[in-house]
Amino acid sequence: MATIETNKPNGPVAAALLAGGIGSAVLGLVTFAVEASEVVKTSMNWYKPVGPLMGKSSLGIIAFFLSWVILTYVWQGKETNFNRIATIAIVLVAVGLIFTFPPVWGILLGGE
Amino acid sequence: MSTNDLWTTTHGMVFGFIFLLGFAGALVGVYMMKAEWLTTEGANANVSRLRIFLWLLAAAVWAAVFTGTYIVYPWYRAAPPEGLTDLANFPRYLLLANESTAFWHKFGMEWKEHVAFISPMAATVVAFVVQYYGAALAKKPEIRRWVMIFFTVAFFAASVAGMFGAFITKAAPIR
Repeated sequence: MATIETNKPNGPVAAALLAGGIGSAVLGLVTFAVEASEVVKTSMNWYKPVGPLMGKSSLGIIAFFLSWVILTYVWQGKETNFNRIATIAIVLVAVGLIFTFPPVWGILLGGE
Repeated sequence: MSTNDLWTTTHGMVFGFIFLLGFAGALVGVYMMKAEWLTTEGANANVSRLRIFLWLLAAAVWAAVFTGTYIVYPWYRAAPPEGLTDLANFPRYLLLANESTAFWHKFGMEWKEHVAFISPMAATVVAFVVQYYGAALAKKPEIRRWVMIFFTVAFFAASVAGMFGAFITKAAPIR
């Protein structure tokens, strides 16, 4: 008869959720920084046909996978306060959603 | 159908739509993973399918953002040669040339091209959590709830990208 193993530690899952939040927040904040600064915009232009979008999206993706690896290493085999970490993760995702929303750039930077 | 048409369709109507259409089924699959509704055998069988489905959806949405960014987007933002007045082959400039269509770039494309990247990250997290816990997810309602929240965020971001992609393609198609 099949059984279900329910005692796996939640550390790796908490690491994944928080990494998702970190990746989203980095994407949003870098996107906003590009709108705010010509210097940052130029520095994100890693591949001319795509323009600064490559730098912005790549930094978000790198932050996602790198933080996932680090957090998994830290929380491997451990039990975490999952609800607290998941709440932080969804707040970070919200940061990403807010700062990738064009009207927010206008409101915070005083443009159109 | 030109090469540009083929890639634009593959980006949005194949990869993007696979994720958008698959979302509801996968969400229901996660929602239904309740210990009180499933036998052990049922939970194991369900989660085996759900794991494959979620990884396929995550792969589809990664493929959508990468084909969109590195194949379709360069055609969209290509600059016309100096003095060219017919901007039909330069969608970004065609939209910005007219006050009534500039919105599609300044709001639609600017939002779409950025928010879209949140979707594959969130979808990957969801696939990983279901992969990790497997049938045990049926006995973890809190984690299941967060999985559904993350998956809904992934769907929202992909929906914005898909919706504006369709509108922008209508206003200024990539030829």
